[in-house]
Amino acid sequence: MRAMVYRGPYKVRVEDKDIPAIEHPNDAVVRVTLGAICGSDLHLYHGMMPDTRIGHTFGHEFIGVVHAVGSSVQNLNVGDRVMVPFNIFCGSCWFCARGLYSNCHNVNPNASAIGGIYGYSHTCGGYDGGQAEFVRVPFADVGPALIPDWMSDEDAVLLTDACPTGYFGAQLGEITEGDVVVVFGAGPVGLFAAKSAWLMGAGRVLVVDHLDYRLEKARTFAHAETFNFTEHDDIVLEMKKQTDFLGADVAIDAVGAEADGNLLMHVTSAKLKLQGGSPVALNWAIDAVRKGGTVSVVGAYGPLFSAVKFGDAMNKGLTIRANQCPVKRQWPRLFEHVKNGYLTPSDIVTHRFPLEDIAEGYHVFSAKLDGIIKPLVVPSAA
Amino acid sequence: MTDLTGYTPHKPPLPESPEQLRARIPGWGVDLSPADRPSHPKLDFRDDLTGAHWEFPERQPEKWPRERSVEHQFLTPVFGTAQPPRGVAGALRRLSYARFSEARAAHWLLLLAADRVDAGGAHLRSLLTLHPDNPVTETGVKGELTHHGASSRLGKNRADVKHQLLDPVIVAGPFVAAAGAGIGAAKALAGALRR
Repeated sequence: MRAMVYRGPYKVRVEDKDIPAIEHPNDAVVRVTLGAICGSDLHLYHGMMPDTRIGHTFGHEFIGVVHAVGSSVQNLNVGDRVMVPFNIFCGSCWFCARGLYSNCHNVNPNASAIGGIYGYSHTCGGYDGGQAEFVRVPFADVGPALIPDWMSDEDAVLLTDACPTGYFGAQLGEITEGDVVVVFGAGPVGLFAAKSAWLMGAGRVLVVDHLDYRLEKARTFAHAETFNFTEHDDIVLEMKKQTDFLGADVAIDAVGAEADGNLLMHVTSAKLKLQGGSPVALNWAIDAVRKGGTVSVVGAYGPLFSAVKFGDAMNKGLTIRANQCPVKRQWPRLFEHVKNGYLTPSDIVTHRFPLEDIAEGYHVFSAKLDGIIKPLVVPSAA
Repeated sequence: MTDLTGYTPHKPPLPESPEQLRARIPGWGVDLSPADRPSHPKLDFRDDLTGAHWEFPERQPEKWPRERSVEHQFLTPVFGTAQPPRGVAGALRRLSYARFSEARAAHWLLLLAADRVDAGGAHLRSLLTLHPDNPVTETGVKGELTHHGASSRLGKNRADVKHQLLDPVIVAGPFVAAAGAGIGAAKALAGALRR
């Protein structure tokens, strides 16, 4: 089969690999029909995530058709059209049994602090991902779901991570009616977080980024007020001015490890790997939210330490809520929202790259060229 | 934004009423009640185990000694089998997993060091194959021409353009180092032959 492989920081290519085998009785092998590049894949691409091995195939956003199933699989059949959450999870450990699918304890021997994620380094379990023609899907009876007949492929692939993660970001903010919500980051997750904040009754939604074309999308897609932080000497002060100097009720970090806005922070983390991530957006969230407010973190950070302004968080009495999204737990409600037209995931898709051109796709996405917001990956055999 | 003259007990007024928001934004407030949101209540026990028909899953065969965090009691029953550790990078990775918990910076710094050793070794090995690393195709830099590299950046006041200048250094560094090592080795060999 053809598969994207990592060749070192900023370098990927497509190679021939063996089709994955069934390695556990509850495995399935899925033929990928549509995939995507996630903003968090760029952390791997830039060499930021520890234990990202040469030859690794990235990709945790994909849908496909079941190609083979293991002997204990009961809920899927060969030929089923399935969407696969980015989390790999067993369904039965202490954490899964309480809905914390992203924190499964039975699938990632490499780290106890992180669950399993497809194509996201050995730190997340050492599973090859879905930017390939085929992918191994562990716990086939637990993770994947049949794609409803009414759902488009592009909506389905966006529901494997970006859309649920954005909704989850708003949900972690514990928004109440009339709350002022500030979202840092107008990428796919930030756009979905902003749009979801309205569903939960927000009174104002403000989105901060530095890319004008993404802020334009935040206005049209997510009905948000927008702020380009490069146009303000101090974006936190601007947020205070916008909120009667109290601060926002809820702030959402939808940026994560490669935040811009402070060159020293960015270079020491994204380029020199001396921090787990650039905490610029997180620090802005801590400082822009009101005392007693809630900071929601769905931006991804590496496992090393980061220079977080925790004193402010403590003195302000903040609630900080964070996690990788437990995608499958979000699905029933999000399916309703998609069906009703309240969430329109595929509206943010801007680019579609053939798998064979994935190196170009990574470069365009990494360098933010051509108005890119969400790139999809189309396997050659799809 | 309102013109307040002092900090009062009241929440500052919003520019739009709920009725106005509901009329303007499709779906406004449909998940106003926490009970309508997923994962409510938190940590609710899932009797159905989400489709799992086991309390503890069957164990996947371990075909080689699988490295694992010392913070796990045992090898998890399911694990990835991609890219088994090998060579110097593999030895560094095994050391990191065997010696240091996830709480130790040494664990992660060793893994990052192993990643760089892995990349350098892979570049060198690729030069001995029919498919050597190609920094032009593998960086996808062609996208600069096909996807408006210049006009996407110029005059846009983007915060990331400054540090993007460092990217070629990160990409070219291993190649320059490899070339330097090759030249050094050739000189040393030539010197040895002359003697």
